[in-house]
Amino acid sequence: MQHAIVCKELHKRYESGAKAVDAVNGLDLEVRVAECFGLLGPNGAGKTTTVEILEGLLKPTAGEVEVLGIRWNCGRDHELRQKLGITLQETKLQEKLTVLETLRLFRSFYDSGAEPEDVIRLVSLEDKAKAWVRKLSGGQRQRLAVACALIGEPELLFLDEPTTGLDPQARRQVWDIVNNLKASGATILLTTHYMDEAEKLCDRVAIMDHGKIITLGTPRELIAQMGSEHVIEFGLLQDGEAEDEVPPETFLDVPSVRSAVRESHGYLLTVSQPHVAIPALLQRLAKEDLQLSSLTTRHINLEDVFVGLTGRRLDEE
Amino acid sequence: MTKYNPLWQLITTRIRQFFREPEAIFWTYGFPLLMIVGLGIAFRNKVEPPVAFVVVEGPAFAQVTDALKDNERFKVTAHSNDDAFDRLKNNKTPVVVTITDEGLYEYHFDPTNPESKAARDRIDDALQRAAGRQDVLRVEDRTVTAPGSRYIDFLVPGLIGMNLMSGGMWGIGFVLVDMRVRNLLKRLLATPMRRSHFLLSMVGGRAMFFIPEMLFLLAGAYLIFQVPVVGSLLSLMVVSFVGALSFCGLGLLTACRAKRIETISGLMNLVMLPMWLMSGIFFSSDRFPDFLQPFIQALPLTLLINALRAVMLNGESLLGQTGPLLALSAWGGISFVLALRWFRWN
Repeated sequence: MQHAIVCKELHKRYESGAKAVDAVNGLDLEVRVAECFGLLGPNGAGKTTTVEILEGLLKPTAGEVEVLGIRWNCGRDHELRQKLGITLQETKLQEKLTVLETLRLFRSFYDSGAEPEDVIRLVSLEDKAKAWVRKLSGGQRQRLAVACALIGEPELLFLDEPTTGLDPQARRQVWDIVNNLKASGATILLTTHYMDEAEKLCDRVAIMDHGKIITLGTPRELIAQMGSEHVIEFGLLQDGEAEDEVPPETFLDVPSVRSAVRESHGYLLTVSQPHVAIPALLQRLAKEDLQLSSLTTRHINLEDVFVGLTGRRLDEE
Repeated sequence: MTKYNPLWQLITTRIRQFFREPEAIFWTYGFPLLMIVGLGIAFRNKVEPPVAFVVVEGPAFAQVTDALKDNERFKVTAHSNDDAFDRLKNNKTPVVVTITDEGLYEYHFDPTNPESKAARDRIDDALQRAAGRQDVLRVEDRTVTAPGSRYIDFLVPGLIGMNLMSGGMWGIGFVLVDMRVRNLLKRLLATPMRRSHFLLSMVGGRAMFFIPEMLFLLAGAYLIFQVPVVGSLLSLMVVSFVGALSFCGLGLLTACRAKRIETISGLMNLVMLPMWLMSGIFFSSDRFPDFLQPFIQALPLTLLINALRAVMLNGESLLGQTGPLLALSAWGGISFVLALRWFRWN
């Protein structure tokens, strides 16, 4: 089996009265065995809906889905679920059970799997093994959720926004767990709206927006797509309509600039040589009688890829 | 293989959830016991106090007190005319006696009030005898106090039935909707857990709880009020078991699609209220008119309470209850099957 997940022309439409919302709008996806695949996109892009369809928790309006060679609702659901590990967005577990009791419960659903104590060690929750779920911090709960996904020793792991709402230390702990899983050869599908997470963890990334995949590749490939390695972000002093009068295209002829888009707080230029572009930009602004309010320059990242493609940031609503 | 049996894990999880929820423990154990104690005290058999009544002041008062002077069962007080009838209207006296100038004794009382009626008859009887009425027949009272004939004895099986119903309905129905609302069901569904196991575990958990509940209430009633169990305890347990399972099924059915806590609360009340009123918990269901009886007698709680009373108070055997037990099983079984089919998991 080449592919862990194959998904063709996936559609999911929600109708409410006269309005219809296409949460997933024609999505094709292939996830290879033993890869860590990321679905990156802002809130509302349709990531969770897509993943829930792949997990068999939601029925698509149209399209084909094959997970580990098996289709949902064809009589082999129970068999397929034995091989999957899933964390949902917003972990929901029984509050008044202990960590150990929760894992024993989940373990009992699988024909074969790991010992709860071993999985507890994997997620570093040893000293909380006998604590009630209610008493765990957000980061600890998330680690428990991952533990519940691992207890069946799955072939394919779905992690939906595994570090949303966690502090930096907790995020790093979850990343460590994911890296260890990668090393052990599991296939992972991860959804996130954090580009640093996608860059650090994923072998390949698909960027989603409005129910579609807008670009797909390794993080390096996606960045290279932009044609340059650096980014200049700047803002202009507001003068009423001053900013509205200056379309981003005006900066395209500044030397070394590859692309220019408007952001909510200013402009984003991708450039190949910042030491050439910056002086030229300053000259241009002076000539047009525009004043800078801010200027930063850095290496390009996946977020810039998204902004470059859509004109919006990942963390905007 | 059997180390991690999913059904067993689900049932023990249910049991843990129950015992770790203090309110659940109160409503299941504390509340019914409080009701038994409260109602038992309120309706206890009292030694009959003397009948207190009023005579309008004047010559009538002297006549009546004279006639009843050796009779300790009466307490007569005199009041002005206005005062006396005021008391009658405000229920402070069951009867007011006046004597007209022609010597006619008038009893002023409310015939719809059983206490007033009884008082009137007693007063008349005593006054007639004092005036010389003779009994014709030779009479001797031989009293019998059957065990299980007090109101409290009638009440306890009713409350046990009520408890089995609430336990099944709220214990399962409410918990399910709560889990559905909080997306706990969804998380479980993402695993290979079998749906039937989940629903069975709710029923199984309940089946294990009801035994300590029953024993607790029976022991409490016996220790405080000496409520007897005339029939076999085992038969009583079997009847309760069937009843408990029947309400589990009903609870599952009621909760199978509700999406919000408000909905399930409303549904629960809708289903339980007729049974609360009419199934004979606090007073006999015979009090309702005949045209309602076929409906009332078919209700699961009525079936259960009648069977409980039959075994507990009349000492009837289990065999004699086959009819009601089969009917209860039908209620439970059909509800469970329908619930499984219609269950909304998200």
